[in-house]
Amino acid sequence: MAQATDQRALTYAQAVNEALRQTMESDNKVFVMGEDIAGGAGREDQGKSDAWGGPFRLTKGLIGDFGPDRVRDTPISEAGFLGAGVGAAATGMRPVVDLMFSGFFGVCADQIVNNAAKMRYMFGGKITLPLTIMTSTGAGTASAAQHSETLYSLFAHFPGLTCVAPSDAYTAKGLFISAIRSDDPVIIFNHKLLMGRTAKSADMGQGEGFGVVVPEEMYEVPIGKAHIDREGTDITLVGISYTTIVCRDAARELESRGYSVEVIDLLSVSPLDSETILNSVKKTRGIVIVDEDYPRCSVASDISALVAEEAFDYLDAPPVRITSPHTPVPYSLPLEMLYLPTKESVVEAALGILE
Amino acid sequence: MATDFIIIDIYKEEPGLDMQKIDDKLLMQFFETMVTIRLFEEECRRQADLGKLRGMHSSIGQEAVPVGICGHLKEGDYILGNHRSHHHCIARGVDINEMMAELLGKSTGTNRGKGGTMHIADIDKGMLGANGVVGSNIPVATGAALSAKMRGTDNVSVVFFGDGASGQGVLYESMNLASIWKLPVIFVCENNRYAEATPFEYAIAGGNVSSRAEGFDMPGIQIDGQSVIEMFLKATPAIERARNGEGPTLIEALTYRYQGHFGGENPQSYRTKEEEEHYKSNDCIKQIRNYLIEEEVCGLDDLTRLEEGASVKVEQSVKFADDSSFPDDKALYEDVYISNS
Ligand SMILES: Cc1ncc(C[n+]2csc(CCOP(=O)(O)OP(=O)(O)O)c2C)c(N)n1
Repeated sequence: MAQATDQRALTYAQAVNEALRQTMESDNKVFVMGEDIAGGAGREDQGKSDAWGGPFRLTKGLIGDFGPDRVRDTPISEAGFLGAGVGAAATGMRPVVDLMFSGFFGVCADQIVNNAAKMRYMFGGKITLPLTIMTSTGAGTASAAQHSETLYSLFAHFPGLTCVAPSDAYTAKGLFISAIRSDDPVIIFNHKLLMGRTAKSADMGQGEGFGVVVPEEMYEVPIGKAHIDREGTDITLVGISYTTIVCRDAARELESRGYSVEVIDLLSVSPLDSETILNSVKKTRGIVIVDEDYPRCSVASDISALVAEEAFDYLDAPPVRITSPHTPVPYSLPLEMLYLPTKESVVEAALGILE
Repeated sequence: MATDFIIIDIYKEEPGLDMQKIDDKLLMQFFETMVTIRLFEEECRRQADLGKLRGMHSSIGQEAVPVGICGHLKEGDYILGNHRSHHHCIARGVDINEMMAELLGKSTGTNRGKGGTMHIADIDKGMLGANGVVGSNIPVATGAALSAKMRGTDNVSVVFFGDGASGQGVLYESMNLASIWKLPVIFVCENNRYAEATPFEYAIAGGNVSSRAEGFDMPGIQIDGQSVIEMFLKATPAIERARNGEGPTLIEALTYRYQGHFGGENPQSYRTKEEEEHYKSNDCIKQIRNYLIEEEVCGLDDLTRLEEGASVKVEQSVKFADDSSFPDDKALYEDVYISNS
């Protein structure tokens, strides 16, 4: 793990921006495309070509440094430009393609699951596909059913796709760099509620979340490895992306009640770091998996099955999953709050195992 | 530089428009509905500022497009919208009390508070839903037209989408389907010049949407979407064609979004104040207002009465929404399926 060189507290979005900038500087094959990732395309003469810098400002300023050739605003044509990303990746470029919200994957699903995921295998290993797809996930912003989904499991279902979910600015930068350098297609899920946060505002205690600063130099967070965010011996909580924060909050509460809690920040949804999860459970003998995705056929159910199959004899109680319910995301505020996994529900589930 | 639309002064130079086909009562109704939409959208902004309404895409400036088109519709016809659909809903006659309640997340809302601004639907009123996924409703409208045809009705469906949605392949799949099967659907592209921050001149090859109809063997027309009279009259052949079983039409309505893409977004990050003022000076409500007075369709006091009436109705919608309760917790789990809910 790279060591922090200074006390920079970047937001998640700034950390991603830095990762993109540094990878673009170091490799001229890397380019970015998506809707309004610059914004105001064609208005260069009015000085307005960087109007948005992406809906979450992840690509802010890049067009000024790298120009419209490498920072491409696209029409609203996900099937077209995702597929173009596949084709460009297959022929020597290293595209980073923005799919604004994960719920829009349906528009371009064919390109992701039939082409990106399978081409290498179908072609007998004769191509590499260094394609990075970034997308945003998560409820909690009144965006209703089509703009608030998480959907890790859909992509993890497909052999050939690598799926990562950073939990803070540090892991975001490192996972972006790893993803862009990877020769496999990688999907990065950015939770909407994380992107404005600094590592510090995640309110992490000692030893959590890799520390609180983002190194300026390039570094990788390895794909396929979960991170033990906090060590403990009584129970394991597994978080993914934003739910890692929920787990930390729950851990603090449980510790105030005298329990020693281990929090695993999954980071990599596919491939899954079975070893870290199993080793933790063998130590703590209990696990709560916290996932914002739909509960059926999910990453949470996958981990639950893993633990039941591989560590059954070590468990004091069955694995527990805290997820969203098997419903679309509702609009109304009280319903949306009810929808999301909370610290309280995690604490309750953990106490159910511990007591 | 942005290329200006060619604004046609329909009242003087446009020979094809037969004002006999539009009566005074309808004109006044158009005015009233457009004012209602504008006041409703302004009120939504206030509700958002108060923190009660959680984000929306404002339709201010685009009122004339759906109002003109919906002037042709009857029971059994369906409209479908996109993420920016409050004006479509009101033009089709969806109750604004229920709309405001929906926007405030209340159980009395059109969708019982579960859909919000991007998903308002009122099937009984002929509004088959707004949709947050750009382009997504276009084939659904095509299916509603297929159904109208297969059920042996002369009903039509109308789908409203933006210039940005013309980037989606599904538009062309739908146009082709509708054309080979002669389906009664009217594809209405509201070209408000921007998709988020992206100007249409950049994103649309050839610089317009309407001419794409040619390849699909259907009429494609541009209409000045700032004129409700022109919207209504020039859409007539499209509606008649659909009702007569002759097939679809693509209409590109030239209009302008006055506000940011969504509440709080600053449009001057990608367009100039001068440009905004240029298009706002051609305001659709101002135009119809002037017409009604100049042509002595009605007096100023009539207009004032309509404006005040609309204002009271919008105020009442807030009261209705405020007085309504949030959905019960169990609503979260209802209507995932018909059975077991
Ligand atoms: C499939 C899909 N891609 C992207 C978006 C994000 N998005 C929402 S509105 C919008 C712009 C739409 O522009 P346009 O169709 O012209 O409609 P307008 O907003 O101008 O009314 C975009 C890109 C989306 N909702 N759906």
